[in-house]
Formats: sequence, structure tokens, C-alpha cells
Amino acid sequence: MSGLSAALIALIRRDMRLFVRHPSDIAHPVMFFVIVVALFPFAVGSDPLLLRTIGPGVIWVGALLATLLSLDALFRSDFDDGTLEQMALSGHPLTVLVLGKVFVHWCATGLPLLVVTPLLAGLLGITGEVQLTLLGALALGTPTLSLVGAVGTALTVGIRRSGLLLTLLVLPLYVPVLIFGASVVLAAEAGLPTVGHFYILGAMMILALALAPLATSAALRISLN
Amino acid sequence: MLNAQSITCVRGDRLLFQDLSLQLNPGEACQIQGGNGVGKTTLLRILCGLSLPESGEVFWNAAPIREDPEKFQSDLIYIGHSNGIKLDLTPKENLAFALTLHSGTTDVSIDEALDRVGLSGSQHLLCRVLSAGQRRRVAIARLYLSRAPLWVLDEPLGTIDAAGVKAIENVIETHLGQGGMTVFTTHQPLHLKQAVIHTVQWSH
Repeated sequence: MSGLSAALIALIRRDMRLFVRHPSDIAHPVMFFVIVVALFPFAVGSDPLLLRTIGPGVIWVGALLATLLSLDALFRSDFDDGTLEQMALSGHPLTVLVLGKVFVHWCATGLPLLVVTPLLAGLLGITGEVQLTLLGALALGTPTLSLVGAVGTALTVGIRRSGLLLTLLVLPLYVPVLIFGASVVLAAEAGLPTVGHFYILGAMMILALALAPLATSAALRISLN
Repeated sequence: MLNAQSITCVRGDRLLFQDLSLQLNPGEACQIQGGNGVGKTTLLRILCGLSLPESGEVFWNAAPIREDPEKFQSDLIYIGHSNGIKLDLTPKENLAFALTLHSGTTDVSIDEALDRVGLSGSQHLLCRVLSAGQRRRVAIARLYLSRAPLWVLDEPLGTIDAAGVKAIENVIETHLGQGGMTVFTTHQPLHLKQAVIHTVQWSH
């Protein structure tokens, strides 16, 4: 067990270090997110009421697309340079190592999205308690997006130019997160209780946490075969 | 002891090889010979358990490797076609990660291993700036750090110069002398003095 935790920590440290050496990999999805959200007021006009109404949806769609954009990087370089097969032959459960990789991926893409969200929410006129609700929903939702996305990425990593296929695989699974993530903010705006929505978002995250690493490691073994 | 029994491999609708068996005892090396595209790499991947054969079974110490892959993998070092190193890490960081990942224990320090593959001056450079031969040497340095009894090496000599080939011959011979086993493919001749060498030829 100590061997496994040492390997997991080494993997997390290695991936963090790689992100630090390539900060553009972190900046790319965040910049995309910022640009998408910031363009909306130009396109739909500056009516504050309209922006406040569509704001949560815009932010959720932006976060979802930014996550989708970053997914390919999750296993691609490890697959290409052979470190993925070394992980598969490491004598440790691939499921646990995969969880470490998804964790780093979320820290490098999901977390920066959360950090810039208050800024963008303010831009769209979402403030106060509604903004906090939006942040909470994103905090519960983006790990689910990373975990579910990892399954699709693992299935398509052996295929060149797999972006469209990955989108088709993953998007139907993203829709429930989007629906509940955006509707919790609408409920908060209407002054309705939001706890039920949060429970569902939390349940989806726990389900993804339990099942996605298993599916991802099985899919990676198929891709390596 | 590594034992492969009547392995058949099909890729797509093409039969690569069938009924291939080989046995490897402690202290023996096995060279897999054949032209490009006959399936040497595929066979090595089957022997490590990365790929599944169409039929047949690989045994490690008389147990099928599918039964306890984690136990088998802890006895295995595989150096594949790709080096398995990160170009944005230094050779030292790469080896430290590989060692921890495989939970390896070693008598040789990482600096010493890098010294033996002739990379002592480059240990703090990113692998990205190293030449193809030097990157291969980083992968080969794992052999010095390993106590695993089974080495599976896919073209270990590719892009390595004459002095490097000599060093690899030495490390494999030492390994065989200590009762280790090595399966490898190569297009350059590899001269192993004391080793018992099986050569697997292809039937077609």
C-alpha cells in the first residue's frame, strides 16, 4: 500500500510539474472560457436584466466547453511517449493512478475556471448569494465533467483526430450536469430552496468518482492493446 | 521462468503468427528475429500482458500472467518502442519517477545509473534538448536501477552508438549472470558471451 501511495504522489507531482513547465496548457481553457463569456454582452446587448437571466447558463456552457477542449491533453502525451504503458505495467492498480491524473487535470483546468468565475459573474451582473450558488454548483459539477470526460478520452486516445468522436461520446453524459448545474442558480435567483439540486450534483459527482476511474482504466487497457 | 504456450495473434483480419511457443529459464536470453512488420513488437507486448493474444497463454513461474498481473508486473521491466520518458522532465526526474512508479529498490543511485549510460553531464537538461540516442539512453538507464528478473526490451539498441551497445551488452550479461532473463528484438547484432540464446524464428 505504501508503494501505491508513493507512486500516486509521484505521479501527481510529476503532472503538476509538467503543467508548471507548460503554463499555456493551463491558460488555454481558461482563456477560452473568459472569451466565450465576455463575448456574450457584445452579441446580445447590454440589457442588465437579460444578462443576469442568461448569465448562469452562459457561464455553465462556457465551463463545459472549456473542459471539453482540455480533455484530449489528459492522456494524449502519456500515450504518445510511452509513459502510459509504463503506468499500465507498474504493478499498481491503473484505476488509482487514473484518479491521480484526473485530479491533476481538474486542478489545472477546473480550478482555474472556478477562480475566474466571480469576475465573469460580476461582469454579467450575477452577485451576492446567487454568485455563491453558481460557484458551489461549478465546484461540484466540474470534477464530474473531468471524471466523465476521462472515460471518453481513454476510449479515443488511440485514434488520431478523435475530437469529434470524443465530443459525441461525452456530451450526452455532460447534459445532466449542465441541467442541474444551471437550474440550481435559477432556483437561487427565484428564491427557491437549492439544497435538492446540490444533493443531485453531489450524487452525480460521487457516482462519477466511484465508477469513472474503473471505466477509464479498462478503456485505457483497450486502447493500449 | 517465462513460458508462452501456443500463442496466436490476429491483428484486424491478418494472422501475424500462430502456435508460437517459447520458454525462458533463469540466465537465458531470447532474441526474437524477423523482418519489419512480422509482429515482433506485438509478441513482446503479449509477453508483458499489454496486448491479449487471440489464443494461447503466457505463464510466469507457472502461473498465467492474467491471474495476478500486478505480481508479474513487479518482476518485469519493459522498454518499449517509445522510451516512456517525459520530454519536459530532466533525465534524473524521469528516472526518479520511473523508480517510484515501479516501487523499485536499487543498489545503484540514479546519478550513478546516468553516469553509466554516459549522461552524467546532461542530467539537469530537459530530455527535449537531448538527441534521440541520449533519450534512448535515459530509458536504458532504468536497467541499471532494476532488480526485476525479467527484462523485455524492444529494439534496445536503436539509435545508440557503438560504445553504448557495448555497455548494454555488459548490463544484460551481468543480469543473466545473476539469474535474470531477457527477451529482446534487435536488428543490430548483440553479442552476449555466456548467455544461452534462444532464437525465435517465424514460421511464415
